Amino acid sequence: MDLATFLIQCLNSLQYGLLLFLVASGLTLIFGIMGVINLAHGSFYMIGAYMAFALAPIVAATFGGGFFATLLVGVVLAVLLGYVLEWAFFSFLYEREHLQQVLMTYGLILVFEELRSLAVGDDVHGVQPPALLSGTLPLGEVMTYPVYRLFVSGVCLALALGMWFVFTRTRLGMMIRAGSTNREMVQSLGIDIKFLYRVVFAAGVAIAVLAGMVAAPVSSVYPGMGNQVLIICFVVVVIGGIGSIRGALLAALLIGVVDTFGKVFLPQAAGVLVYVLMALILLWKPDGLFKAA
Amino acid sequence: MKLKTLAFAAALVAASAAQAQGAKLKVGLMLPATGTYAALGTAIENGFRLYVGEQGGKLGGREIEFVKVDDESDPAKATDNVNKLIKRDNVDVLVGTVHSGVAMAMAKVAKDTGTLLLVPNAGADAVTGPMCAPNIFRSSFSNWQPGYAMGEVVAKKGHKNVVTITWKYAAGDESVRGFKEAFEKAGGKVVKELSLPFPNVEFQALLTEIAASKPDAVYTFFAGGGAVKFVKDYAAAGLKKSIPLYGAGFLTDGTLEAQGADADGLLTTLHYADSLGNARDNAFRLAYAKAFKLQPDVYAVQGYDAAQMLGIGLAAVKGDVSKKAEIAAAIEKAKIDSPRGAFSVSKSHNPVQDIYLRQVSGKENKLVSVASKSLADPGRGCKL
Repeated sequence: MDLATFLIQCLNSLQYGLLLFLVASGLTLIFGIMGVINLAHGSFYMIGAYMAFALAPIVAATFGGGFFATLLVGVVLAVLLGYVLEWAFFSFLYEREHLQQVLMTYGLILVFEELRSLAVGDDVHGVQPPALLSGTLPLGEVMTYPVYRLFVSGVCLALALGMWFVFTRTRLGMMIRAGSTNREMVQSLGIDIKFLYRVVFAAGVAIAVLAGMVAAPVSSVYPGMGNQVLIICFVVVVIGGIGSIRGALLAALLIGVVDTFGKVFLPQAAGVLVYVLMALILLWKPDGLFKAA
Repeated sequence: MKLKTLAFAAALVAASAAQAQGAKLKVGLMLPATGTYAALGTAIENGFRLYVGEQGGKLGGREIEFVKVDDESDPAKATDNVNKLIKRDNVDVLVGTVHSGVAMAMAKVAKDTGTLLLVPNAGADAVTGPMCAPNIFRSSFSNWQPGYAMGEVVAKKGHKNVVTITWKYAAGDESVRGFKEAFEKAGGKVVKELSLPFPNVEFQALLTEIAASKPDAVYTFFAGGGAVKFVKDYAAAGLKKSIPLYGAGFLTDGTLEAQGADADGLLTTLHYADSLGNARDNAFRLAYAKAFKLQPDVYAVQGYDAAQMLGIGLAAVKGDVSKKAEIAAAIEKAKIDSPRGAFSVSKSHNPVQDIYLRQVSGKENKLVSVASKSLADPGRGCKL
């Protein structure tokens, strides 16, 4: 491997790592911070990707179209979806055992897959990136790099920064962190914890949906896509340390490097390397890289 | 009085005998109705039902009754699902499936119980290789076939050094092995075999490897969502312009709408194409479009042909499924009048068929030429 190829592979690692963080960020919020085991996270991601595909023509017809208008409409719908889901299902789960959370969110996976099948069918679809971002940059002699992938990385960094800021530097973030440590205490201080959690949950769903919409042009849209990302998302959150945003970011980047170079140097073991990494890190730090304070 | 009872009893016996003769034949359809392969399962079932419908709902003089199980393309549940059909529903014939791992489990049960099994897609070489049996037939292809045909095509184009890339699982490995066998026999060299775990679709690292090793061409096996993403990523990485991409037909089947312009011009090999133009195919396509308001694809053809094979077998024994040897003999002798072009089955019960070279143009896999005439899978490991 010459230096140029090595550098391109480093870029690939970085880009894949950022994409992983983007996909896992909604889970960081719902599982990491609110402490709800949410297996339906992959479904929210899948819903986002299908929204990018199915909403585009509708948005084009009503608002004149545009990729970013579709994103906006998708996020608004996602907030509503998250709000209703929390009210109807998740609000009953905070005090329950983890196993009941697993059962219910697994049920939601089945429901969302079936609804998806009824609404859009089982075909594979592609989503075009917006014209503005559909160009490519030359990279070495034969390769080019799609501008859209750089845009995805940018979105991810902005999201990571935004989440970190809200949680560590604002009063809202402080209330959420307090709520995750001791619900009753926060409530007795006069904060409407139910409403607060409903909002945080809606935000988590919206971020997952946004990730699906942003990733759709690079990942394409297909049945079962949510289940494929679900496990890796949990790996990201667990390695990073439950509840830690910078931990999740670091974990995603680490996985990006291990996965990319694993595929090149150890193709036979590429499938397990990420899990070996997780096992090693948990042996070394049982709470993940960064334990939430 | 006694006489009357006797007569009544006799009538009863006669009636029940007549019922056994005319009883419905139970066909167990074990296909994916959910998950990644759901669309393929639907196409196969539609094709199968189309042929049965054309015969007035009867094969070999017996009315057909369908019993369905969703196999979810999950090998872990496969044995349970087959046993449900055989033991609980008492099906006479098994039809399935898409996923090779599930099909292997079905083949094992079919081999043990002697139930007639028709495989309408799964290409695992082993189904008509080491697992072959007198009662197991395939109406589709072996993974080896399109790969082998493409090996000849790529060698003829004058390419010398080729890199292969696929998922690390049976179908991908077997397809690449078929390609390599033909390509290296013709003097070419596979310089690098790249793979990634199924169903991982993060190709960027391997595309960079391809760019770094600068081969004359790339051979690939991907299907479904992975095929869409691979073709798009290959084009986005700028490789489509400089390194020609060849693939087994699944790369561009049922995926063209999603791949868009990135698939234009790609050459693939398969036992079917969108514009074969023969009368049989035209009639089939028209009937299918009318019945299901959908364009048929290769999977629909395979389902249709599975029903044809069953029809031929049952006709030879007048619907008596217990005569297994006669059914097998009839299918072995038959020339199956398929929309893809007539084919017969090999000694190991895999289609001996023309493999077509197709090129993507205007969202269709247009026929270019016959890549390999009457190509028979070698059936390695089969002791029939």
